[in-house]
Amino acid sequence: MRRGWFLPIAAALGFSFLYAPIVSLVIFSFNESRLVTVWSGFSTKWYGELFRDPQMLGAAWLSLQIAAISATIALVLGTLAAVALVRFRRFKGRTLFSGMVSAPLVMPDVITGLSLLLLFVAMEGFLGWPQGRGMLTIVIAHSTFCTAYVCVVVQSRLSDFDRSLEEAAMDLGASPVRTFFDITLPIIAPALVSGWLLGFTLSLDDLVIASFVSGPGSSTLPMVIFSKVRLGVSPDVNALATIIIGLVASGVLIATIIQLRSKPKRAKA
Amino acid sequence: MAKKTTQLAIDTRPWRDTANNKPFVRIKNVTKKFGDVLAVHDVSLDIYKSELFCLLGGSGSGKSTLLRMLAGFEQPTSGTIEIDGQDMTEVPPYNRPVNMMFQSYALFPHMSVEQNIAYGLKRDNLPKGEINDRVAELLSLVKLQDYGRRKPHQLSGGQRQRVALARALAKRPKLLLLDEPLGALDKKLREETQFELVKIQESLGVTFIVVTHDQEEAMTLATRIGVMNLGEIAMVGEPTDIYEFPNSRFVAGFIGSANMVEGKVTEDEPGHVRIRSAELGCDIYVGHGVDCAPAQILWWAIRPEKMSLSREKPQTPHDANVTSGIVEEIAYLGDISLYQVALESGKRIRVSQTNSVRGNPDAITWDERVFVTWSDSSGSVLTV
Repeated sequence: MRRGWFLPIAAALGFSFLYAPIVSLVIFSFNESRLVTVWSGFSTKWYGELFRDPQMLGAAWLSLQIAAISATIALVLGTLAAVALVRFRRFKGRTLFSGMVSAPLVMPDVITGLSLLLLFVAMEGFLGWPQGRGMLTIVIAHSTFCTAYVCVVVQSRLSDFDRSLEEAAMDLGASPVRTFFDITLPIIAPALVSGWLLGFTLSLDDLVIASFVSGPGSSTLPMVIFSKVRLGVSPDVNALATIIIGLVASGVLIATIIQLRSKPKRAKA
Repeated sequence: MAKKTTQLAIDTRPWRDTANNKPFVRIKNVTKKFGDVLAVHDVSLDIYKSELFCLLGGSGSGKSTLLRMLAGFEQPTSGTIEIDGQDMTEVPPYNRPVNMMFQSYALFPHMSVEQNIAYGLKRDNLPKGEINDRVAELLSLVKLQDYGRRKPHQLSGGQRQRVALARALAKRPKLLLLDEPLGALDKKLREETQFELVKIQESLGVTFIVVTHDQEEAMTLATRIGVMNLGEIAMVGEPTDIYEFPNSRFVAGFIGSANMVEGKVTEDEPGHVRIRSAELGCDIYVGHGVDCAPAQILWWAIRPEKMSLSREKPQTPHDANVTSGIVEEIAYLGDISLYQVALESGKRIRVSQTNSVRGNPDAITWDERVFVTWSDSSGSVLTV
């Protein structure tokens, strides 16, 4: 079949709609001028400026830490929830549990943030923990909604997992725990990796929930950028955004490669 | 296709002498319920050492559930399972002296062939050298010496099946359970593999319990067959017993093909029985005594190859065992031809005849009137 002109043009329009803002942002991060909208020559000075800004760097470091910790907590909790949902077909409150696990996916961030804030305040009143709001509360908040995402990803992988593989391992003398680490874990590993990466990105990019549950001195990167932009866009924000795009893009690329490599095996075996 | 004659000479059939032989596997009154569904109902079965026992049944007959209970993946709702004199009912699968070959083979996709075979040995913490020796030995047993480093997805179906067998044999289990071991192979490969399997079983002397829905496979492999139906054992016996002396209408109909007619006992003597069958349009004279009552309604089954066809009415004693009909269909299968004969009652019976004359021009053909006859010992009288 001969391809017409329609498809290429539609694709080009689609891609430019999605990526033109990002491309312009990357280009303007190399702008010399202080004014974001006026091009006055190539320069990397805003990158230098960025690395001399302790507030930005501190926020970036905090965000990375929070993202890594909450993604890890979410990975453990989400995997446990997924195992429970897939493996134990019938238990009391299964439908409720499965609904509750995926509820954070559709819950507006504002509501999640507000309710978590109220919870933390109440807990501090009754239990004296967590004291104040800061990194800990953000980690807890991010873990809760990332758990939902991890659970969904791992659940889909587990449901097409051949149970007889585990039975075979037990039949050959492996205890259930041993079986989990030798057989189940390596086979669902790609789903765990993508779940973790998903959690990491979601946490890194969250502004709303973090704004509710953070305290003084614990501003995450999105919060800092947002407050800066409100005072006028400065070019070093562009530079930071470019770096983040670079990191995220390479992360996605790596995840895709891992997925692709493990796929042909699954298809045939 | 029975076992080798040398094996028959030294009689290795312990089930014929239950007084002097202890069963190796003892299944006692085992029942398994899934919710309200009765999967296995009150099954008792004794299996002896070095047997190749086939559990044969259709889907949903409970054969796989029984096998999974032997492996320890399912717990019986009631009853006990003993293996080699030890009660195994409560023992988890990883502590049983039993290995299983799965229908899907269940090869670990992230491990090479060698690692798959070595997995069970590593769980026993054997020294590395010994593991390597054993793996090499097993690879040569299943003729896959050059495939040790491959991953399962790089193998053909037949090769995977052999890896699964090698892995299941690696720990030298006392009992090997095989769930549809040849089910995923094509017909030609299946026939080759059948003999391979019997050879390996005989050379290692391991007790095999094979689950299959394929009666031809069961007949080829088994020393004894247990026919299962609706969660119960319908009959246990050697392949010849099951085929020639079925104990019920279900077994007669399930194994091979059989003509079955209803009849009424008219003479019930210790030495013979006479059955009047309206369906068949004649009397059936059975040359041995049968446990039945006069005027009882019962069934009589006969295999197609146990009857013969002729154009002239043959002379039969006792004025019985001959009926006539019209040839309706002929299926020429090369070695034999299968005739479908419509009797006067409308009942259709199947008769097979060996094609011993090449291209016989005088063979019985369509729409001919023929007489069907049989000897007084070739049918089975069935009361259930």
